Formats: sequence, structure tokens, C-alpha cells
Amino acid sequence: MTQSPALSGERADFPVLPRRRTSSAKRKQHRAAYLFLLPFFVVFVTMLVVPLVYAGYLSLFESKLIGGETFAGFANYARALTDPAFLGGLGRVGLFFVVQVPIMLGLALFFALALDSARARGSKAIRLFIYMPYAVPAVVATLMWGYLYGPDFGPIAQIARAVGFGTPDFLSPGSILGSMMNIVTWEFVGYNMIIMYAALRSIPAELYEAAEIDGAGQFRLAWSVKIPAIRPAIMLTVIFSIIGSFQLFAEPSLLNAIAPNAITNSFTPNYYGYNLAFINQELNYAAAIAFLLGIVIAVVSYVVQLSEERRERREMRLS
Amino acid sequence: MTSLDTRSIVTTGGDATPRRKGRRFAPERRRSLLLTVLLWLCVLYFVLPLWWLFVSATKNNAALFSTFGLWFGGDFALWQNLHSLFTVRDGIFLQWMVNTLFYSVTAALGATLLATMAGYAFAKYDFPGKKVLFSATLGAVMIPLTALALPTYLLFSKAGLTDTPWAVIIPSLVSPFGVYLMRVYAADAIDDSLLEAARVDGAGEFRIFRQVGLRLLGPGLVTVFLFSLVATWNNYFLPLIMLNSSDLYPITVGLAQLQSAASAGGGSQALFSTVITGSFVSILPLVIAFLFLQRYWQSGLASGGVKG
Repeated sequence: MTQSPALSGERADFPVLPRRRTSSAKRKQHRAAYLFLLPFFVVFVTMLVVPLVYAGYLSLFESKLIGGETFAGFANYARALTDPAFLGGLGRVGLFFVVQVPIMLGLALFFALALDSARARGSKAIRLFIYMPYAVPAVVATLMWGYLYGPDFGPIAQIARAVGFGTPDFLSPGSILGSMMNIVTWEFVGYNMIIMYAALRSIPAELYEAAEIDGAGQFRLAWSVKIPAIRPAIMLTVIFSIIGSFQLFAEPSLLNAIAPNAITNSFTPNYYGYNLAFINQELNYAAAIAFLLGIVIAVVSYVVQLSEERRERREMRLS
Repeated sequence: MTSLDTRSIVTTGGDATPRRKGRRFAPERRRSLLLTVLLWLCVLYFVLPLWWLFVSATKNNAALFSTFGLWFGGDFALWQNLHSLFTVRDGIFLQWMVNTLFYSVTAALGATLLATMAGYAFAKYDFPGKKVLFSATLGAVMIPLTALALPTYLLFSKAGLTDTPWAVIIPSLVSPFGVYLMRVYAADAIDDSLLEAARVDGAGEFRIFRQVGLRLLGPGLVTVFLFSLVATWNNYFLPLIMLNSSDLYPITVGLAQLQSAASAGGGSQALFSTVITGSFVSILPLVIAFLFLQRYWQSGLASGGVKG
């Protein structure tokens, strides 16, 4: 993975040492720096790199009843790429990403801009209320919305019946993905809003001055000053959302209990991988699925960042 | 966390405020009624589910089905619900709460310490391999952690560590995003001349980190700590696959288990009110922590999101 514009904290690295220092002092500092890094990288290697390599290794084997584990090359990958269950799950999270993420981030940006304009009463309370769902674990959020959607004592169904709409079915195979999008939106709008809002609050005043002289209104100010200024923060939320939506797990696995007909065991790739590994005991195939999912996420993140970089360059050329 | 003094919060966390005041048009004076109404209507969407959860926690099972969800009805059964919640299966709910607290605080402390040391080294030292190591850290932000859960599980089971608290805590110690945040934060908050002065005084690098670095990193520390805390607190996938014994479960896995017992057993419908009350009780600690620690989120995030 190359450096991303959203994440690279790269700034000019000023040497901390005055030139007069001897190289032995420099070496001492190098040693100190490595010692500071050591604990993190020990855990980094054992908990990220080793499992990643191990997953890659596992995915190249298959286990048979007779003969045990044998080398299979890319057979697991070939199987995954033609497995309608995996591809279906991938399509579902892809659809989820394309539909839910723009809605969620659009709402988050709208709220962040609205709060930053300081034109609403009770901004502080509004900010806190919108942010609060982030404190709710996905498990609890899903349980709760599961009840809210429920046809019996769910308040949405109660209200719909009271005004004569009949009982809406949020848990049917056709609507479950939308219901899931709503749960995730509810959980994460506030989180993304806070990232964008924090970025908005630290836009330097100079940036506003030109717009102020122009007499720009709030909308133009937002469009031509604020949004460009917080682009790195927005990119950060996009990357986090890609990762989040492609590895959906808690939501489908809990909704499965109340909507077993709508949630198949391969509803999302991650849920599929879990079922393969722990129910079907197909560890090697599950490892290939996990690895492929990781590749898909990396590729999507990369493409999104690349297109953003291109756009930035193009705009710079235009201006 | 003892290094947290209010001065550093004001100087590094609140630096956005004075800049804001420099703006000549004062938007505060021009309130918009339309925007106020619109935003408060939106707030309903975020708050009503939680309100429903609270109201439902006060109802017994019969009232859950027979009364309107968004308002109180039937007997006020909150105390009975709490009683049955904390006595179900010999008080295992309390055990789950304690487990969650233990896992998330331990993991968050560890992750914060590792991320702070690494972020500080990236921000304040120049050494061979710095670029490569930092790029590796950034790349890791994009590795889907759940893709790693399965191989991690297999490795842990070979080491005999599954079904122990370590299986949940150790993988949660890696926080590449925390390293990134700390690097950006340390670059801003710690003046190089302070470090130079300490070196001239003959202080060793570790003493400088402890006495100068940590002191100035206060708000950044709290931000990274809170992020790791919430991440571990809310984690479901990792403990689900790592743990077998229900007395080791964190609250997320425990509640999910209660829920599936409730919806599977037609006769054990009394469990619905227990699950709902349990959900309500389980979110209280974090919601309260959010209310009190709000400003840290922002000050830390401000540096993370902007300087990218």
C-alpha cells in the first residue's frame, strides 16, 4: 500500500540534531527511537503480519478426508471466484457501500457544516445527541433496531397500523439490506460528523477572508472554502467507511436470528467466512475468502484514493 | 494519565477557538429558525431508538407487546427487570460487564502506551528506515481486522491461548490509527527546543519522553485511549470466535447469546424484557463517559483529521 493522501501525516522532517553534535549522540538517538518503536512493532508483526502471511499460506492448501492437507495452489481462489455465495455476498456489500456510504457521509457533512455555521439553537446538544449512537455497540444497535422493526411490538409497525398503512415488513428478503443500511447509518453518522466538524473548526481564519470580501453566502462559503479545506478529513471517513461496510458482520449475524429467511449464511463475505470456518470446518477455503476480501478492500481503497489524487491534480492545473 | 494537566489542554486542544474569534462576521448573531427546527427533527431520529430502549426497559413482557412502544405503559417494571437481569444464570450479566470493562481498559491502556511511544518516535526522531516503517503502519490501517481474525484464532489455538482473556486483549493492542494520531499530535504539541534543552541538561531520551513528552501529549493520549476503549468495548467478532466459556464473554457476546435464547425459545419469552434491559444497562457506561469526555474527542481528532 502506498501512502494515501488522507492518511499520510508526512510533513517536512526537520532533523532534530544541531549539526555540531557528534555522530555518537546521533547513534544514541537512533537507538532510543528504535526502542520506542520496538513494542509497537513486536505486536504489529505478531498480530498483523504473521496472521496475514498465515492466512495466505493456509489458503493455498486444501484438506481432504483421505490424505490430510495437500497443496492446492490457487484452487481455493478459483473456487471463490466462481462461488455464487461469495460473489453474492460481495455484491451485497458492494451495493451497501455504493448506497449507504454516500447517504451516511452526506448526512454527516451536512450536520458538520450546519453546526459549524453556528446558526442553530442548541448546537452543542444537537452535536452530542447525533454523536451518541457511536457509544452503542453494533450488537446492541442491531438488537434494538431488530425490535424496532419487529411486526409485533415494534413502534414503527404500531404507528403504521394506527395511521392505516398496515404492517411494514422490514425483515423480508427484499428489504433487509435497506434495514441494515439504516442501522449502520444510525450508528455512524455522528462519528463521521465529529471527524468533519473537528476539521472544520480548525480551518484557519485567513481562508475565510477572501470569501468574506466577496460577500459569499453560507452555501458558497461551504462549497468553495469549507469542503475543499476539509477534504483530507472527508477522505479519512471514506476510507474508514469502505473498510467498515466490506466487513459487515455483527449486523447480519444478529439479524439472522430474527429474519432467518432473509439472511442467508453467506449474506456478507465476512459472515460467510465465519460460517465456513466455524460451522463447515472449511478452514482453508475460509482463509482464501478472508484473503480475497482483504484484497478487495485494499483495491477499492486504493482506487478511491487514486481518483481523489487525480482530481486534486486536475483542479490544481485548472486554477 | 497523571500527566494530564489543564494547561496542556488549553494550549493544544483549544487552539481552534481563538482563530475563530478572529473572523469579523459574527455568525452567532444570525440564527436560522429553519435550520434549528430541521436539525432538532433530525436529532429525533438519533435519540428516539434510545428513548424506546429506556421506555421498554421499564416494561414487563406483557406490556412490551400490548402498549405503545414510545411511551410508558403497564406496570413500572424497571426494578423487577433489573433484578431478573442481574440474577439470570447466577448473575452472569454482572460478570460480562466486568469482563468488558477489564478487556477494554487493559487493551486501551496497552494500545495507548504502544501507540504513544511509536508516534513520539516517528514525530521527534530522524532515523534510518523511518519512512518505510511509517508507510507500513499507514498501510495497516487498511487491513480489515476481521480478515485477520480467523488466522489469528488458529495461531492462538496452537499456542493454547484461545478461551483466555489474552485472546481478546492481545490482538486489540495494535492500533495503527493510534500511532498515526499520536505522530501528528506529538509533532504539534512538543517543541523540539524543549527536547534539545533537556538533552543539554544531560537527561536521557527515556527521561525526556516521560517528563517532557508524556506531559505535553495529555489530550492526545486521552483521545487514543478512548478510541481503543470504544473499539474493544464494541468488538463482537473477535471475542465471539476466541471465547468458549460464557463466564469469559464480554457484554456484546453475552447479550447476543441471551437474544438468540430469547428468540429461539418460544416459552422463554420473559427473556425479551431481560435482553432489552440488559441492552439498556450495557450502553450506560459508555454514554456517560461520552458526556463527560466530549472535548477530548474533538481536540485529538482535530489534529488527526486536518493535518493529513
